[in-house]
Amino acid sequence: MEPIPAPSIDLVSLAPVLVLTVFGIMVLVTDLFIGKNKSALVFISLTGLLMAAISSLAKYDLPVYSFNGAYIVDHLSVFFTFIFCISSALAILVSIDFNQREGIKVGEYYSLILFCTVGMVLLASSTDMIMIFLGIEIVSICLYVLAGIRRNDPKSNEAALKYFLLGAFATGFLLYGMALIYGTTGSTKLTIIAEMIREGSVRSEPLMLMGVVLLIIGFGFKVASVPFHMWAPDVYQGAPTPVTAFMAVGPKAATLAAFFRVFAETMPEISPSWGILLYILSVLSMFIGNLGAIMQTNIKRLLAFSSVAHVGYLLIAIIAKNSLGSASLMFYMLAYAFMIFGAFGIVILIGRKGDENLEIENYSGLAYKHPILALSMTIFLLSLGGLPPLAGFVAKFYIFSAALKEGFVVLVILAVLNSAISFYYYLKVVVYMYMKEPIKEFNITLSPMTLFVVAIALFGTLHLGIFPGPIIALAQY
Amino acid sequence: MDISFDAIPLAHYLLLSATLFVIGVMGVLMRRNAIVVFMSIEIMLNAVNISLISFDRYLNQHDGQIFSFMVMCVAAAEVSVGLAIIIALFRNKPTVNLDEFNIMKS
Repeated sequence: MEPIPAPSIDLVSLAPVLVLTVFGIMVLVTDLFIGKNKSALVFISLTGLLMAAISSLAKYDLPVYSFNGAYIVDHLSVFFTFIFCISSALAILVSIDFNQREGIKVGEYYSLILFCTVGMVLLASSTDMIMIFLGIEIVSICLYVLAGIRRNDPKSNEAALKYFLLGAFATGFLLYGMALIYGTTGSTKLTIIAEMIREGSVRSEPLMLMGVVLLIIGFGFKVASVPFHMWAPDVYQGAPTPVTAFMAVGPKAATLAAFFRVFAETMPEISPSWGILLYILSVLSMFIGNLGAIMQTNIKRLLAFSSVAHVGYLLIAIIAKNSLGSASLMFYMLAYAFMIFGAFGIVILIGRKGDENLEIENYSGLAYKHPILALSMTIFLLSLGGLPPLAGFVAKFYIFSAALKEGFVVLVILAVLNSAISFYYYLKVVVYMYMKEPIKEFNITLSPMTLFVVAIALFGTLHLGIFPGPIIALAQY
Repeated sequence: MDISFDAIPLAHYLLLSATLFVIGVMGVLMRRNAIVVFMSIEIMLNAVNISLISFDRYLNQHDGQIFSFMVMCVAAAEVSVGLAIIIALFRNKPTVNLDEFNIMKS
């Protein structure tokens, strides 16, 4: 047997992953040696995220392949690394006061967020199915623990169990799909798979097509698209609110980046076969997400269904499979990060210890007591719905124009129709805030860190909506 | 005893793997005991491992074997987290019947 050649090792391209891992371990170790005041941990985590974001710029002349073609630093991965670092930083900031209120042990919490970010960076930068699998699992396992981190709360436990069982189930499908694709193409590397598909010999292999279907099921579960969304509302409701916000943004963005890489970049030649499946998934996600959200009375469940609908919009970017599609995916996820953290920041402020005040009727009359909070919430919700001139509108506009460029007119019409439906339930919350009498005394502690996150999110939502130019130029670079 | 791998065609291994996978999926969908569901998921992962190894041998490569090692590692990590979650749950509510976990409703 000939020796296995050692791959070229290029640690610089792996810099964000290494930095985050080191800082994650540092948080765990520091936690043991400091006393009651844990604010040092926040500082270490945020420094780690900042350094990871900076170190992702270490490579120029993109794209750079390393580790024998298993890892890539390209425009998509760098932009997504920034989105991950921003969303993880916002998640940490928004957790500080929440953790104090709910009595969550913070050492492992912050390090799990950092480790989860490691997985997300790997996921967005992998060009090998083994690495994509590992990335997805690092992200998922961290999220299972984070969802259940309130160990004594039955809701949190239930969320963790449901998430875990369905997540592991999905992993099975994903893996089987990868195995079949590996079997037909003889490689786990996306570049070689792409080459084989371009040559054409494997295009109509039944095993290949089965592999593609299984991959779609696996990814569909992980991003919570209909009909694989049933875990999302329960998990979103049961998980601690900052974790809910975190998993609605970062992990979803990472999985969609990998989704884009595997389908739009690797197999554009067989797009009729996977395109139609994604088309169905996208339309179903939009309709069931939006119609499901109308019936919700709990704000976290409402946002969960709305995120299912947003996955429907995001899948359009993958179906479009052009460069505008990837750029609009990046812009959308950045805008979505701000909108979601803003909305959940307000949910955290209104919420009380032990998951109280999470019903929509608890928001009645908020505008009389805290007009600024109510106004911010209105802006985030309208931006999620896609009202100009907010970030959500520009993001949707770019995704739809990517799809129109490829001639998906019906899909875009359905998506626009769905945006209109979504205003019904977003405005319902606004109506409660502005036009109803308070049902009980608001007892809001305006915790500075959460307010800070809301302010950042507000700035992001408005800035990306009014001056989207520079960021879009970056995304299309 | 000299039974070569080539004596059995690839299709048989794939069939075995597919059968095990379907058994796993059925187990997840039909059983209500969290531990049994969990076990069925492990059957699914191991079915995939059989596929990977047989493809690997058939293609005369190393990638599939390495992949299956990764799958085992991840499965082990998942088991530890999964059992921890089930134990945490059991402390609050002494049952492993999935139908009884329905606090959250639309």
